[in-house]
Amino acid sequence: MSHLDGNMLGGELGELFTMDVTMAVAQCASCGTPGMIAQTMVYADAPGMIARCPSCGEIMLRLARGPDRAWLDLRGVTYLQLPMPAEP
Amino acid sequence: MGIVSPGFHGRRQAGQKLPPGQYLVTDFPVLSAGPTPRVDTGSWELRIKTETGQVHSWDWTAFRALPSEDITVDIHCVTKWSKLQTGWQGVSLDTLLTGVDTGAGFALARSYGGYTTNLPLADLRDGQAWIAYEFDGKALAAEHGGPARLLVPHLYFWKSAKWVTGIDLMTKDMPGFWESLGYHNYGDPWREQRYWGD
Amino acid sequence: MARAAILGRLTWQEGTVTAVREETSTARTIALNLPGWPGHLAGQHVDVRLTAEDGYSAQRSYSIASPPDDGRLELTVQRLPDGEVSSYLDDVLEVGYPLELRGPIGGWFVWDPASTAPVLLVAGGSGVVPLMAMIRTREAAGSKAPFRLVYSVRSPDTALYTEELAERQRRGDGLDVSYQYTRTTPPGWAAPPGRINAEVLASAGWPPDRHPAVFVCGPTPFVEAVANLLVNTGHDPGAIKTERFGPTGGQS
Repeated sequence: MSHLDGNMLGGELGELFTMDVTMAVAQCASCGTPGMIAQTMVYADAPGMIARCPSCGEIMLRLARGPDRAWLDLRGVTYLQLPMPAEP
Repeated sequence: MGIVSPGFHGRRQAGQKLPPGQYLVTDFPVLSAGPTPRVDTGSWELRIKTETGQVHSWDWTAFRALPSEDITVDIHCVTKWSKLQTGWQGVSLDTLLTGVDTGAGFALARSYGGYTTNLPLADLRDGQAWIAYEFDGKALAAEHGGPARLLVPHLYFWKSAKWVTGIDLMTKDMPGFWESLGYHNYGDPWREQRYWGD
Repeated sequence: MARAAILGRLTWQEGTVTAVREETSTARTIALNLPGWPGHLAGQHVDVRLTAEDGYSAQRSYSIASPPDDGRLELTVQRLPDGEVSSYLDDVLEVGYPLELRGPIGGWFVWDPASTAPVLLVAGGSGVVPLMAMIRTREAAGSKAPFRLVYSVRSPDTALYTEELAERQRRGDGLDVSYQYTRTTPPGWAAPPGRINAEVLASAGWPPDRHPAVFVCGPTPFVEAVANLLVNTGHDPGAIKTERFGPTGGQS
């Protein structure tokens, strides 16, 4: 079972956040390597979406959707660095 | 519900008695949370660990020497597909638990690759669960959980852990991989227990 | 990139099919109007959701084929054998039908028309769709950034956009297109059929010292093979952006 690019999380994450989280830099909690969410390895066929670190393969993010709820597990990430428009 | 797409039916079939919200499929979808583990039977091991730390283990040879059965069951995935009358070959958990001394009420199944799922120990007994190594007359394919997977068809199929390598018997319940992300702790398809709180 | 920063939450929107256009015997382009569509960036995709009357639904992702435009977009859909969604989109959907979609999605697999760096596009089958959006956007923006497209297809009749690509190349304004046929070549084609290899990428692509932006899109095995070839021939992995379509190579 091969993976997709993290870009493919954009639809689901886009319903939860007002900014494009695929463009966020995330530090993997397992190996410490930072990278963009868009570059994670995504397994999207499970009863939820899983993003794994492209360096060490450990899980960084898990997302499940119910009809009226979403569950987001970010324990695999130590931080998300989100691009913000520069203050004038 | 989304806007109706005129003329769209999907690839399902109608007219069978299925749990609520399920649709029948003829193929066998592969769902996974990670890369397919490649486990060779030479190093395969199944370990049942009791609440006191006692371990009962089988290598592939010992496992395959156990009495096994033909199993024909319906399976239901929480993502809404169902397959009826699927055929498996496997060893009953009743056989594996013979001689395992335990007062535990709960079990956590563990897979190669790190996946876990929890269920009451009572749901593994009395002809309700097997460790299956053949599907449809052939050795279970890796993408479907081979060399061996847990098979517990009376619950949603995420409880039938692929690539099973161990079962921990516990006195306290511990939510597994999907149960800790909003999926129902028990998962009875006939009561449509998909998500936590259903 | 300011536009990608604040979007508001994505929600499902209803578009209306305004035109359909057969591209090949197994693919067609669907033009949609969506009031309130904010436009998109070249390379982005949408998620499409189909719902049956009994509530059964299926969802797939499709790359946007058209250059940015307010209120409208085009998708090119390859019909897959046994494709539950693609067969509906290619065979059942008609002008006037509604189509529910969510997007635009993805700020990373995007080409910025303000960029002047050379661009290498490597497409496998229907992976050409988002790359075509980049080529069309390049023209719409008046960009002179040099583009090279290497397009791998099974046979000449499965290639998308052939006439448009030929016309664009004829203009001589900086787009080069090379084809790689993996099963059947056109009559008179000098090379035998075969997969993309390092020689093809070297002769039809940019050398690493030109520091191109690279976009690779298509079935997952194709993308992985091409990305590995590029890195092994010295391209900076950080400059290579990939969009894997999944094992079947299309979006079902």
